[in-house]
Amino acid sequence: MSRLVVGPFNRVEGDLEIKLDVADGAVTAAYVNSPLYRGFEQILPGKAPADALVYAPRICGICSVSQSLAAANALALAQGLTPPENGAHLQNLILAAETVADHLTHFYMFFMPDFAQGVYAGEPWHEQAARFRAMGGPAQREFIPARAAFLHIMGLVAGHWPHTLSLQPGGAARAIGRPEQARLSGIVTGLRRFLEGTLFGDSLESVAALSNAGALAAWAGTEAPRQSDSGRFLAFSEALGLEALGHGPDLFLSYGAYAQSGVPAFARGVYRAGTVSALDASAIAEDHASSWLIRAGGPREPSRGLTVPDADAPDAYSWCKAPRLGGAVAETGALARQLVDGHPLVRDLAASGRANARSRVIARLIEVARLVPLMERWIWEMRPGEPFCLHAAMPDEARAEGLVEAARGSLGHWLEIRKGRIFNYQIVAPTTWNFSPRDGAGQPGACEQALVGAAVRKGETSPIAVQHIVRSFDPCMVCTVH
Amino acid sequence: MPLDMPVRETQTLLWLQSGGCGGCTMSLLGAEAPDLFSALDLARIGVLSHPSLSAPGGAGLGDLLCRIQAREQPLDILCVEGAVLRGPRGSGRFHIMAGSETPMARIVAEMARAARHVIAIGSCAAYGGITAARDNVTEACGLAFEGREPGGLLGAGFRSRSGLPVINIAGCPVHPAWVTETLDLLSLGQLGVQDLDESGRPRFFTEHLVHHGCPRNEYYEYKAAAHEPGQLGCLMENLGCIGTQAHGDCNIRPWNGEGSCIRGGYPCIGCTEPGFGERDYPYLETPKRGGIPLGLPADMPKAWFVALAALAKAATPERLRRNAQAETISRAPGAGSGKQKK
Repeated sequence: MSRLVVGPFNRVEGDLEIKLDVADGAVTAAYVNSPLYRGFEQILPGKAPADALVYAPRICGICSVSQSLAAANALALAQGLTPPENGAHLQNLILAAETVADHLTHFYMFFMPDFAQGVYAGEPWHEQAARFRAMGGPAQREFIPARAAFLHIMGLVAGHWPHTLSLQPGGAARAIGRPEQARLSGIVTGLRRFLEGTLFGDSLESVAALSNAGALAAWAGTEAPRQSDSGRFLAFSEALGLEALGHGPDLFLSYGAYAQSGVPAFARGVYRAGTVSALDASAIAEDHASSWLIRAGGPREPSRGLTVPDADAPDAYSWCKAPRLGGAVAETGALARQLVDGHPLVRDLAASGRANARSRVIARLIEVARLVPLMERWIWEMRPGEPFCLHAAMPDEARAEGLVEAARGSLGHWLEIRKGRIFNYQIVAPTTWNFSPRDGAGQPGACEQALVGAAVRKGETSPIAVQHIVRSFDPCMVCTVH
Repeated sequence: MPLDMPVRETQTLLWLQSGGCGGCTMSLLGAEAPDLFSALDLARIGVLSHPSLSAPGGAGLGDLLCRIQAREQPLDILCVEGAVLRGPRGSGRFHIMAGSETPMARIVAEMARAARHVIAIGSCAAYGGITAARDNVTEACGLAFEGREPGGLLGAGFRSRSGLPVINIAGCPVHPAWVTETLDLLSLGQLGVQDLDESGRPRFFTEHLVHHGCPRNEYYEYKAAAHEPGQLGCLMENLGCIGTQAHGDCNIRPWNGEGSCIRGGYPCIGCTEPGFGERDYPYLETPKRGGIPLGLPADMPKAWFVALAALAKAATPERLRRNAQAETISRAPGAGSGKQKK
């Protein structure tokens, strides 16, 4: 057996190091380390509660809106506020814009460039993959102007991205009228053209309607989709057998997303082996057993969570805690969201091939095809002249949580206010779930499990299979530890 | 004096991410006219490595850093994003570079000594920023500042090989064009020490106040204030806006097409200023003494501000008084009554 230390990983958000035990050309154990600690949970106590709206988005430059919204939701619960319909629509629209932009950024900037790496120079499809070259290949040069134009949504209704302050507990701070609705509509249409012309080679509705693995295969064989960027992804991943890589814990978590009048557009729940069950958020606890943190006497619920660094903690190998759901390891993200919500294609892929590197990417593409038409609808469901933001006093004492779905999965903020100030603030981010270290029971985290069995080719120091698996989760390491 | 057709030298660039959120890179990726890759082409910049954008990582990056340190690989521009974490107790262990067992603080310092120009990307890298907030448990600092005080990781006297101090492109996040313009001015040889302000920031964006071009200027003139987030009035009197003191061309140079904080419905929180990240009153409230905001507009004597504000309040048109506390315009401007000259 030998030991490999892989890192830094480029094209993931933030810092990541993974130690691999390797035997007979395959990974036998993986240890995921988040090597950066910034201490937001130590910064927030003592601040005015509403100051969380300034600090929380700055946890993460790529999931900034979801961090804002989790903070706003926690404050809203503390204040007894429910955003009016317009405010909820605008919050949903801003979050969806971030999620769509992030999914596409993952596809074009982070994931696809791996197929253009030199290790695949001998493959018959490698010439096609050159389109996806990192640092300014043709696909990236087409994508980034489309992304930038799409993010004009943020300029219009959120000031800028990242790090907006427009998401408020009572709604959104930028009321809009018909002219802004028309402009938003035009911006989203611009992205629709890019998606249908370049990414899918088909209408978003046709992509969202794909209902099983057979339908996907047939679709990928037709002319325009085959020539599209998602068609190319399907071809490369079939040639490489990506569906055999990266099986996770097969327990999936979603807090539910894009609620209007209390009903989420993507359902909340827990999915395992074809069955959705209700999520009991009180079953979430964070374990410190492998973390460079003061040990808190066993796993703690985030509402009474403790985050105090201890660089000399025994048996530790990451700044990341290990969140568990009723003691079990769960995976979160677009795949989990679409499984819980019951998208038929994503369900079919999971039934036949478990969670894997390919199905995680497909779930993101399906989510993009579903979200953009929803955004188009929400824009016109807003009613000019009716309120966008409600207000209420901040209580001196409160406990509240804000649970949202970020692009990368389930994000929770747990807030306690005492004497009018933040007393405790704990954050459990999506990649905290996916890239957690081992817990006190010795259970490896989701990515640690997914890496076992990955092939290590002769002479590889950063095995390409490991890179595909890691990037299939779209990890956000700055959120992970924060 | 007119310039000749500009000549640009090719330049190499290394980008390191230290203790930050990565948001400045995400903002930069939104650059428009030119987009990021076109901007790099224009400035003839070859990127040696960027954590979010480059193909290889791992051992390849370690080799690159060794060759730069040994001066085998020339480095023209070092960009550092995020604060430098020196803790716990000066060990740098809050941020060990993956795969290296070396504190990022040490790597940043070594690369800074090798680089012709050093750029701090964002307020964290410049001054410590949000990462240094409250008790600064991570011992975070900027490259050449610690909050408002010169010093930081490299020391107040630091000059890069070009003779320039660290160029502080402050902001949380940076505006993409602040970065692309700085890079292009460097490639043209047109950014000298006289082009930086006393906090090391390029003057081209800090010789403005955020107040300049504020879409709420009429509410400001007549002191017609918003009372809650989401209302149209001036945000200075009640909601903590410090746009009249903070440096930046945010309302002249739009963000993401047509945005700015104030256009998004919320106050300027002074994210380009040294010391941003910590303040002794809540961000969304204006501290006052005797009803007068403690933070007065830049260069404004207090007595004059009080006198003008009292006069302006007395003269506030009913239209502005109403609209200031509404989410959308309830009364449109009427016809002016001033007489035209014959």
